[in-house]
Amino acid sequence: MLKDAMTGFELYRPTDLDTAIDILTRHRGNAWVLAGGYDSLDWFKERVRTPGVVVDLEGIEELRGIREIDGGGLEIGATTTLTDLERHPQVRGRFGLLADAARRVASPQIRNAGTLGGNVCQDTRCWYYRYGVSCYRAGGNTCYAAAPEAMNREHAIYGASRCVAVSPSDTAPALVALDAEMVVRSARGERVIEAGDFFMEPSVDIRRMTVLEPGDVLVSIRLPGRWAGADFRFEKVADRATWDFALVSVASAFRMDGATIADARIVCGAVQCVPRRLRSVERRVAGQTRTEEVALAAGALAVADAEPLAFNGYKVPLVQNLVKRAVLGA
Amino acid sequence: MNPPHSPPTTVLLPETRANWSRRDFIKGVIASGATVSGLSYFGAGCAQSLPAQAGGVERLLSLTVNGQTRRVDVLPNETLATTLRYKLGLTGTKLGCDRAECGACTVLIDDVTHYACSTLTHRVRDREITTVEGVAAADGTLHPVQQAFIDELAPQCGFCTPGQVMSAVALLRANPSPTREEARQALAGNLCRCGAYDHYLNGVMRAARGA
Repeated sequence: MLKDAMTGFELYRPTDLDTAIDILTRHRGNAWVLAGGYDSLDWFKERVRTPGVVVDLEGIEELRGIREIDGGGLEIGATTTLTDLERHPQVRGRFGLLADAARRVASPQIRNAGTLGGNVCQDTRCWYYRYGVSCYRAGGNTCYAAAPEAMNREHAIYGASRCVAVSPSDTAPALVALDAEMVVRSARGERVIEAGDFFMEPSVDIRRMTVLEPGDVLVSIRLPGRWAGADFRFEKVADRATWDFALVSVASAFRMDGATIADARIVCGAVQCVPRRLRSVERRVAGQTRTEEVALAAGALAVADAEPLAFNGYKVPLVQNLVKRAVLGA
Repeated sequence: MNPPHSPPTTVLLPETRANWSRRDFIKGVIASGATVSGLSYFGAGCAQSLPAQAGGVERLLSLTVNGQTRRVDVLPNETLATTLRYKLGLTGTKLGCDRAECGACTVLIDDVTHYACSTLTHRVRDREITTVEGVAAADGTLHPVQQAFIDELAPQCGFCTPGQVMSAVALLRANPSPTREEARQALAGNLCRCGAYDHYLNGVMRAARGA
């Protein structure tokens, strides 16, 4: 198979969102939305994705930038780069969890082009799927990664439903933890989706990672003020500090009432097809103090329903200890 | 060490030079040969897309590379690394992985580092592009980063060096006196298979002291 050379496509560089949506609607099913482009071009070079039309959102001013919204929150344009995000004083000051997550994405060059919208909408890294085999996710009738002899060190330990791929995004767990809202626009209008509902379970639709459909554009991400300035922690474990995707990441936010945890969000990345919010752990630690005992219990509860594959059992103690550390805050 | 020619087309041979050096000649032959073979390489992909261009981007565009305006015919699916190397003859930008995973193709777009292998050329039509050919002074004096890399024996095989130079130049433009850790972070997106990372860091710190 010829690789490296992308197949031909029509390239559109609209300067306003309406035109972009119009093009995407006209070419529905054959159009690709290009944000930062680093992941997209990989797909094209491998010739696993060969869209006839590519719509580059980079020139659309209204999709870029960070602005204040009512209630002490921020609205982040979907094509704001990860570098702009991690350096933004208000993001760092009030929503440091997201800045920390953005700083851990890939490499400096990739963060300079890569966007928040692209990071949350990127497809999974399962290499069987990426290689272009006809797996469930690609429309076929098997999962190569869950086979007994398969190499599945990076795959899911929770919630597998035919597909065992994981959500690769570093920023997605942070957005779920911050109760972010995703603003999506299409020819039918605008809708706002909770970050926790934005990612697609394979049991619902195995072909997509998010609820976005052809013709949809993720316009912005709203961070409500309610978690501003909370006690945040983002930890990502990866084989290398640069480039690599998470083996496990944990984004957590704690609102304290004195020494007591008033409210908590704990969300795991790279362990399930969607960012995994650990609701049972959140309930368990609410009203408690951040002691060793509570943290140990939280870690144990986090992995109570883990179902590791042949080569990813190490993720179970990893999740357990990262959750413990998040609850302890140290 | 930028060749002082600014042809209006993609043809690479210097047009108005009386004395051709051997280096110029070889560079010209390599580049033009690569252009021809490159076209056949892309032919299968681009053939069907050409008639359907209505509404899409205009293929002829002007690029600002190392302070010069270069007119060039660019396919919609063409990467900046391809344009620089095979159409503008700027082969200092290396192609390693071609997947945004090694950093050999690092260039500056408006003073910010990007992987040229994974950037569509059409995206940078209104931007200032700087390649490794554009960092030395007009009289050939090396950039402090280049000189410091030589002094610190940073390159071994040298393939990653242009990318390392660009990352270091971008860092020092934004932050003239970085800590070693800041330099490490800034160069983190450039792989060196020889493993000469510490030598490159020594070079960055030396250049920062001298700057």
